[in-house]
Amino acid sequence: MKPGPFVYHRPLSVQEALSVLTDVGHEGKILAGGQSLIPILNMRLASPSHLVDINRVPGLDEVTVSSEAVRVGALVRHRQLERDTGAYAANPLLRQALHCVAHPAIRNRGTTVGSIAHADAAGEMPSVAVLTEAVMEIRGPSGVREVAADDFFEGALETCLDHDEILEAVRFGRFPEGTGTAFLESARRHGDYALAGVAAAVTVTDGTIVSARASFVSVTEVPTRLDLTEAVAGQEPGAVDWSVIDDLVQEHISPEADIHATADYRRVLAGELTRRALAQAVTR
Amino acid sequence: MTEETYAIAVTVNGVVYHRSVPGRRLLSDFLRHDLELTGTHVGCEHGVCGACTVLVDGEPMRSCLMFAVSAPGHEITTVEGLGNTPEAMNPVQQAFIECHGLQCGFCTPGFLTTITAYLRDHPDPTSAEAREAISGNLCRCTGYQNIVKAVLRAAEIAREAPAAASTSGGASA
Repeated sequence: MKPGPFVYHRPLSVQEALSVLTDVGHEGKILAGGQSLIPILNMRLASPSHLVDINRVPGLDEVTVSSEAVRVGALVRHRQLERDTGAYAANPLLRQALHCVAHPAIRNRGTTVGSIAHADAAGEMPSVAVLTEAVMEIRGPSGVREVAADDFFEGALETCLDHDEILEAVRFGRFPEGTGTAFLESARRHGDYALAGVAAAVTVTDGTIVSARASFVSVTEVPTRLDLTEAVAGQEPGAVDWSVIDDLVQEHISPEADIHATADYRRVLAGELTRRALAQAVTR
Repeated sequence: MTEETYAIAVTVNGVVYHRSVPGRRLLSDFLRHDLELTGTHVGCEHGVCGACTVLVDGEPMRSCLMFAVSAPGHEITTVEGLGNTPEAMNPVQQAFIECHGLQCGFCTPGFLTTITAYLRDHPDPTSAEAREAISGNLCRCTGYQNIVKAVLRAAEIAREAPAAASTSGGASA
């Protein structure tokens, strides 16, 4: 298992990276952490003839917290974001989810933005991006365009990124005051791809629930946000019968069967995990 | 068609190596084939088994999921750099011997590097934390029981002799 041959580019600026990407057309692929890309290359599921390694580009490895968002640059490693206390204070869901991303050795190298650009519906961070209504900062030859997470994911491993564009940063939204979050998933072994997973956020104001939403891992074709507010709004967080959301969840998801689990099992799992995640979110 | 190669200088266990490699040379293959440092083992080649784990600037990473051309500028530590003589073993190596933490030994280099970095950051793990720490490494011989014991024993050894506990990058030429 070795990658096919490619020409290796190591640009020292975003502009240089963009010009290489423009020159090589559809034959170019960006390498950041490589923890999803290199397995694909090793298995020869893909053989791009140009690899553009952005690891030497300065300025892409910063986490910035503002009143609206946690902005994560393209070279921020999962581990760096997981340990960032400012990011955790601003949006605890980030750390909760990152803890489930593979193993520490993978998180040390893999980037959060890269995993979003990779757009695997079995990945944790695409699901967090839609739940937090993240904004994608995409740089192309003619400047930066911003795309909402909802419009970014188009299909399995497919996004609206063009071949000559770079996902330069992702701004994860912050939740309103009174919001608790939780991230739960079930895998055969901690760190493996989840059979099913869920990110949940519940907002409580003056002792009653005013909004609740969830997004999923491994059980929807693309990451999407499910609004559960109508089912539970106005209730006291400690006294909710969370099974009222079951039908909404089952309608929303479309799990597939594979060697690890049947579609039906994934349905049961997703339902249970969602109830537990919501119940956990209101205690935070 | 001859494949383009790239001249690189990579620091491994404190020694700078100059080589010319194709872009697609995995760091794991670079260590084994180009540098003949065969202590790093190659198992699954897609990041699952953990056998090829090395330390990059002190942090465990999969050498099969990095290209050698990305390695310049980083300090790589392989199992050969952990303290490789019977007189100067790293506490984790010592504990693996004492606890019978290996049988065939194929997975061991990846465990040693992973655990060495883990204990540096978590000097006093519980048994449950030790299991979590090694969850990214596969072993098909031991059933893990003795590896978990070795993690806890290594922590003990390191506490008894803190001077020997550092992640040494021994200068083996």
